[in-house]
Amino acid sequence: MTIAPEKPAQNRLVDHFERGLDAPICLTWELTYACNLACAHCLSSSGRRDPRELTTSQCEAVIDELQRMQVFYVNVGGGEPTIRPDFWHLLDYAVDHQVGVKFSTNGVRLTPDRARRLAATDYVDVQISLDGATAEVNDRVRGAGSYATAVTALENLADAGFGDAKISVVCTRENIDQLDDFAALADRFGATLRLTRLRPSGRGADVWDDLHPLPHQQRRLYDWLCAHGDRVLTGDSFFHLSAFGEALPGLNLCGAGRVVCLIDPVGDVYACPFAIHDQFLAGNLLRDGGFQRVWKGSPLFTSLREPQSAGACSGCQHFDACRGGCMAAKFFTGLPLDGPDPECVQGFGEDALARPRSVPASSVDHSRSTPTRNQPVLLQLRTRPPATACAESPLAGFSPEESA
Amino acid sequence: MIDEPWTLSPSVALRPEPFGALAYHFGSRRLTFLKTPALVRVVRELADHADVRSALTAAGVPAGQHQAYAAALAGLAEADMIRPRVSAAPAKEER
Repeated sequence: MTIAPEKPAQNRLVDHFERGLDAPICLTWELTYACNLACAHCLSSSGRRDPRELTTSQCEAVIDELQRMQVFYVNVGGGEPTIRPDFWHLLDYAVDHQVGVKFSTNGVRLTPDRARRLAATDYVDVQISLDGATAEVNDRVRGAGSYATAVTALENLADAGFGDAKISVVCTRENIDQLDDFAALADRFGATLRLTRLRPSGRGADVWDDLHPLPHQQRRLYDWLCAHGDRVLTGDSFFHLSAFGEALPGLNLCGAGRVVCLIDPVGDVYACPFAIHDQFLAGNLLRDGGFQRVWKGSPLFTSLREPQSAGACSGCQHFDACRGGCMAAKFFTGLPLDGPDPECVQGFGEDALARPRSVPASSVDHSRSTPTRNQPVLLQLRTRPPATACAESPLAGFSPEESA
Repeated sequence: MIDEPWTLSPSVALRPEPFGALAYHFGSRRLTFLKTPALVRVVRELADHADVRSALTAAGVPAGQHQAYAAALAGLAEADMIRPRVSAAPAKEER
């Protein structure tokens, strides 16, 4: 470490973060692409296990390296991480090596017995995914029965005395009216509510147009976060809302490749968990000499740590508040990275979306090729007959005067 | 506080960074930023000195800045990043 000359205490930590740290603060590690569910908005397009998935000993080596780098905790996800047969072993291994674990699960393996064992383990946080405060809203996007599974897991954790589980909610057009209900649900289980942003990543790209919160809902979310923010976790994912006015608590910047990154199940390292795409692939920790070398030396991360152009946002008075929003949200909606976020609260995103753009094809997809038993189907058949008979004429609705 | 013996909390680890260090509390899982290298030196020195004042001096903090640093240390104490040292003798430093 270099000892800098004495300087008065300065608060621009953000400047340091933008230039990147020696190790990530927020590291997500997806252990498997396999999943028992097939959520409509899955950001990692999970479903099938990748045969190249890291082995148990390879995972242990990653944990050893994280310990050396003093990455104090990892956010473990998937897929459904608990369906890896060695999941509980890796959890204990990490904790024994001073790497705390916060894992996200749909709850499928959180039996009463397992909940008791988790309650007896330090440095473990459990995050149960729930995208509706009622089964109706949740199961529509996460699949039939998934609400019951999550609630059972929360009950098991509470009964076992596991303190302060997290209920992790992706905010959508369909659940934004349930924020108070989510908070009540968290209270019921002695849990903490965590709200995050719906990204158009993975299969989320297919449903984003229909599920992302409408402008007036974004305002409601912002007001709700301002009123309840001290009791709610957000993973700093709503910094684009800061352009409404007062900044929300947390880091108001895109941390991709600077303080944030993702290790995927095959050891590929991406700039952020919402950017599983070749464009944001920094390297592979097996092929490129370990995680630290990728983190410190990859050309992609080096370029992300250089000053970024504000582009079309440079004249906007709110730029300091929102920093142009989320890189992944822009990329997967086909917007330029140096312009407004698609959900820019000043409305510049809508203008950008209205202009010609091409949405990038996904480059990593582990979705199942055949539907599962409880796979959600967002496209619903009409239950009422049409009000009028079909217009069979090929010129139906065409009026030459109007189109002239 | 400035005349009392203090030490880094046993559940806290420091990670050096260009701006100073990250302090992570394994118990509360709180992450705190030590925003200057001098503050990091002070926190590391605490355990080896009879009181906070001599730790500040050893870390090279000019007397005029002692009050400002004491305020920063009070903030760290509130988050249990540092805690009062019970034994009078300098304790062994850090985990």
